[in-house]
Amino acid sequence: MAEKTIDRSNEYVRIESVTKRFGDFTAVDNVSLNVYKGEIFCLLGGSGCGKTTLLRMLAGFETPTTGRILIDGQDMADTPPYQRPVNMMFQSYALFPHMTVAKNVAFGLEQEGLPRAEIDRRVGEMLDIVKLGEFARRKPHQLSGGQRQRVALARALVKRPKLLLLDEPLGALDKKLREHTQFELINLQEQLGVTFIVVTHDQEEAMTLATRIGVMNKGQIVQVGTPTEIYEFPNSRFVADFIGSVNMFDGQLVEDEPGHVRIRCPELDATVFVSHGISAAPDAKVSVAIRPEKIEMSRAAPPGGENRARGVVKEIAYMGDMSVYLVRLDSGRMLRVTIPNTQRHDERIAWDETVHLSWDPSSPVVLTQ
Amino acid sequence: MKPRGTFRNTALALGLAFLYLPILSMMVFSFNNSRLVTVWDGPNSPTLKWYAKLFENSQILDAALLSVKIAAMTATGAVVLGTLAGLVLVRFGPFRGRAMLSAMTTAPLVMPEVITGLSLLLLFVALEQLTGWPEGRGVLTITIAHITFAMAYVTVVVQSRLAGFDDSLEEAALDLGAKPAKVFFAITLPLIAPALVSGWLLAFTLSWDDVVISQFVAGPSATTLPMVVFSKARLGVSPDINALATIMVLVVATGVVLSSVWMRRQERKRRLEEQMARSDAG
Repeated sequence: MAEKTIDRSNEYVRIESVTKRFGDFTAVDNVSLNVYKGEIFCLLGGSGCGKTTLLRMLAGFETPTTGRILIDGQDMADTPPYQRPVNMMFQSYALFPHMTVAKNVAFGLEQEGLPRAEIDRRVGEMLDIVKLGEFARRKPHQLSGGQRQRVALARALVKRPKLLLLDEPLGALDKKLREHTQFELINLQEQLGVTFIVVTHDQEEAMTLATRIGVMNKGQIVQVGTPTEIYEFPNSRFVADFIGSVNMFDGQLVEDEPGHVRIRCPELDATVFVSHGISAAPDAKVSVAIRPEKIEMSRAAPPGGENRARGVVKEIAYMGDMSVYLVRLDSGRMLRVTIPNTQRHDERIAWDETVHLSWDPSSPVVLTQ
Repeated sequence: MKPRGTFRNTALALGLAFLYLPILSMMVFSFNNSRLVTVWDGPNSPTLKWYAKLFENSQILDAALLSVKIAAMTATGAVVLGTLAGLVLVRFGPFRGRAMLSAMTTAPLVMPEVITGLSLLLLFVALEQLTGWPEGRGVLTITIAHITFAMAYVTVVVQSRLAGFDDSLEEAALDLGAKPAKVFFAITLPLIAPALVSGWLLAFTLSWDDVVISQFVAGPSATTLPMVVFSKARLGVSPDINALATIMVLVVATGVVLSSVWMRRQERKRRLEEQMARSDAG
């Protein structure tokens, strides 16, 4: 997805050094974060990283132990969930089982005390938007998973919130439906101009949906950036490893210039030349991360004495659009390489062939933490 | 090892006989012509004369009416208090005194009824001497006494229903702008209604057939049906009691059968609808 430009002048949510402790356990650890109007911001992390707790604090179901949360410039400390300009879509959807689809969607509007005619009109409109008009009189248990998900979305959006919180919005859907729904979500978000904060553990979901991603680990936000930034320029071993797959080598800085660096990795025969400078102490221990799709593989040895390795193909996984090769280097280290299957009948490299691997000096990422 | 057919059938017959033979014999003897409960007057039976006698016996009819009234009040009171107690125990997290409350609300389940009855009697007498309330003992004291022990059962039923309750439903309602009281009445209450109904019926039954506690806290003005039956039985069982018991068994059995048929039908309908939803295009 092409990345949208974010209007940073229009801050909508501000989280100021928020910490949440449950007894001895720190679920959210000193998190500060700004989310701008019209964004789809994804909080991405494994289970127990504190992303859901953070979301629940925004909704008002948990109160921060320390720190402040401001929504639209207002401190939310004393605002109960039912008075916040925020709606949430729950992971379990939390549809009221004793009410019909239309009643579920109308519930939020009824609390505002709107006239019946207006409630009916807005519910009807919303159900049409999520294409559930004909299911208005069904009960939740009479719906499929995808339909339930759309009811939950309609119920949260019908109140026209400025900010919608989504907890694993696509988690319960199967793969095909998930892809389809992702794009529907983005369309809806653009159409209604709502700011989304999405919690997910699925990096693919985060990459497709998000204008920006905040990667969380152990209660802290370790990196915030656009999907490209997070993928191409991870700032730590954790992020590099968590997002996509990566080949990571420990090494030592042997040459550190403003425009380039050279790193010697015991597991690679040749030195790694990186065509951008880094900030690290001389002789520092660093890691070099190379994405599998950025490695070229050939039978002939590439020119040049750097950024290369040699190995034997040990495993090939054919995935249709691409193939994943596991190559054992001379040092014994396994390296992951993905090659797109652009041609149908080309001379593919087979098991136990000796191959040469190389990569562009701009590809490796040097990680110091 | 799978038991053989004859063994299985014998075991089943013995089990059923153990459970239902006493009731069956009572029902049969309710149609007996003889005054003596244990002697079957073959030539003149069956007869409905004890049923006719029963409906002429105002003492029994009054007592039955009173029992229904007390049971209904008890059930209602126990459901309200039991729901509150269950809600507090499940929803309010670990507060000071939670363990104490939990133990105390369920204590009547294990407390011998004589103790409960006696202590309530002492309490009522002391209260009357101190404050003048309750004035004597009667319907009010019986109802209060029944509520105290029936509430424990309701609490347990409601508690287990609430424990399996998806908290996010309430959170969703809050999130949609409903104030906590509104959430309780619009979401929580309808969803735990089945537990409230079964709690109500349970409390009703408990109150309906209680003798021991009633015996302690009843006054001369209030005699419940079980108390009448009990006192009559001590003078020798008269066959009209058999007739009464037969009617009660039939009423209860019909109720149970109807409700289980209804529940099974609901369940089947729901499963069918879920299947249809799954086969629909998502």
